[in-house]
Amino acid sequence: MTIIKKAITIVFVLTFIAGRPVAANINVFACEPEWGELAKELGGNRVSVYSATTAFQDPHHIQARPSLIARMRRADLLICTGSGLEVGWLPVLIRQSGNNRVQVGKPGHFTATHYVTTLEKPVIVDRSQGDVHPGGNPHIQTDPRNILKVATALHHRLIQIDSAHKSDYNAHYQAFSKRWKSALARWKLASAPLRGVKIVVHHKAWAYMLDWLGIQSVATLEPKPGVPPSAGHLSAILSQLQHQPARMVIRAAYQEGHADEWLSKRAHIPAIILPFTVGGSVEAKDLFSLYDDTIARLIRGMQ
Amino acid sequence: MLINQVLLKQRIPVIYVLFVALFTSANSYAASASQKNSAFNPAIGLILNGTYVQFSQDPDNYSLPGFPIDMESTPGTSGFSLGESELNISSNIDTDWYGAVTIAMSGDGEFSVENAFIQSTGLGSGFTIKGGRFFSGIGYLNEQHAHTWDFVDTALAYRALLGTQYGDDGVQVRWLAPTDLFTEIGAEWMRGDAFPGAGAKSGHAAWSAFIHLGGDVGISHSWAAGLSYLSTKSTNRETGNTDLFTGTSKIMIASLVWKWAPNGNASNRNFKLQAEYLLSKNDGQFTPAGGIATPYSATPDGWYIQSIYQFKPRWRTGFRHDHLNADSPVSGFTGTVLDDQNHNPVRNSLMLEYSNSEFSRFRLQYSRDESRPNADNQWFLQYIVSMGAHGAHTF
Repeated sequence: MTIIKKAITIVFVLTFIAGRPVAANINVFACEPEWGELAKELGGNRVSVYSATTAFQDPHHIQARPSLIARMRRADLLICTGSGLEVGWLPVLIRQSGNNRVQVGKPGHFTATHYVTTLEKPVIVDRSQGDVHPGGNPHIQTDPRNILKVATALHHRLIQIDSAHKSDYNAHYQAFSKRWKSALARWKLASAPLRGVKIVVHHKAWAYMLDWLGIQSVATLEPKPGVPPSAGHLSAILSQLQHQPARMVIRAAYQEGHADEWLSKRAHIPAIILPFTVGGSVEAKDLFSLYDDTIARLIRGMQ
Repeated sequence: MLINQVLLKQRIPVIYVLFVALFTSANSYAASASQKNSAFNPAIGLILNGTYVQFSQDPDNYSLPGFPIDMESTPGTSGFSLGESELNISSNIDTDWYGAVTIAMSGDGEFSVENAFIQSTGLGSGFTIKGGRFFSGIGYLNEQHAHTWDFVDTALAYRALLGTQYGDDGVQVRWLAPTDLFTEIGAEWMRGDAFPGAGAKSGHAAWSAFIHLGGDVGISHSWAAGLSYLSTKSTNRETGNTDLFTGTSKIMIASLVWKWAPNGNASNRNFKLQAEYLLSKNDGQFTPAGGIATPYSATPDGWYIQSIYQFKPRWRTGFRHDHLNADSPVSGFTGTVLDDQNHNPVRNSLMLEYSNSEFSRFRLQYSRDESRPNADNQWFLQYIVSMGAHGAHTF
């Protein structure tokens, strides 16, 4: 028994020493890559960022892996999308983390959708409508104008958590918002040919992008959100496209493309894969190139 | 007659609770803006499950030769039957506490409080305290509610050595190390009234300790492993046909889970390999039905290995192998429940599952159960659905 007690004491002492932060960086736990990238832009070398998911993972369905709980344990700030996107996994991570800084309501708990106006808030919240989000469509990162709104809120949050480095955060934010605003102007110009274009989407993941670029979605491959496309539904879309043609069918990098390819071949329109978030394509290396590449791919789809 | 009346009396509040719960939860979504009173309603979820089962052997005569098993640990009921329905209510209590309750309702109207606990959220430094009634953190399967199992029934080793799963009243402390490798140590101090313990006069007769490790290997693989220890005392524990046991049962569990998902994206295809080894060390006095108290010392053990493969979205298939070794005491118990009849219980199970969404699951399972010397061919058809708020699942 005494040996066990000694061993436990040693483990405790060692881990407390190991756990002490060497540099006073803010440990950021980002639920999705885009928020991790935004934290890097606004925090610079004051933050250490861990992204819980990649662009090739479906953020609705992530397993609450032990590695994620271990990362949550040390997080000073979690940045997640909210609006029900992470409801299937995030609560377990937070509850098992033993970390009081990131609990709901604490400054270390940042929810991006709180700072934008969500679209597609369902009138009827019923599971017969598929995987609906009572708080509205959570995929806000497909519109870069939302990124700026979230950036403003995140900037204030970083200062609240680490007021000692306020001037650093102010400088980062000012530089970022200046660059972002000029990028927005650039994207507006580059995306002009896309205005009014009709497309087919795989999942209802693009509401914000459609709104931003003035693109019109005429059909959705998933009959209801989260419900895989059925053969009957696909043929209905195919015949709909005969009299209401679309220019392309788009999907996110993490989605399976069987249905898209099927429709692409028969309707003779290209199936386009968009990065959806940072890392979703070779070109989408950071937030800026994410939208550069998204527009470039859509333009290519028109040709 | 009297029992029926008691059951009826119990049934009314449950139905009432259910009705109120579902009504208010529906309202809290639809009219949250106008109904300020319901804005603080906890998350309410309901699990329904039903089965159609065919056994080639009579389930009422079920036994595991060599194992004094908990009376409720049987393979089930033949034909159509309503399985256990679960009502889950959970919420943050205040800034520092979270609470959850699970009420299990059996098909014949009995209900029991499966879980009812409060858990800290505000301690920090990796510490979490839980108090109330809960499933112990030992092993891997033990904490999982029946609706999250990959098969209709639990592993034979859990059925034989833990009475399906060990849940009790008590307190639990967990500490998570601040390391990238998931390292969690925990300890529990429990009442000790649940199998394999019983008749705890002190009210704090059982304790446990466990360590859980876990991590990722590359982007596509992840794992979890654990070592657990549970110590219980029994005073006149009654099993089977009024067999009595007074003494101690100490259980050791080693568990390993390995998961694979291409690119870590489990929604299309994924694979899970899971294995656990349980060893139970029993010392004391055993009184077989109609016999006399006899010194008893035995170390039965058991293991299972199972793999689950989701080969396309919505479809999963799985295989499980169970193995038990009774460690039958040499003499004095011939012909009693402790006589293993020179037979090691074995079971092989196959299942195929279709999930219409993450909220509904339909399962076909075949088990060749050689718990008894005569093999039992078991066919199960099961549905499990979830209504209302659906809690996030653990790894």
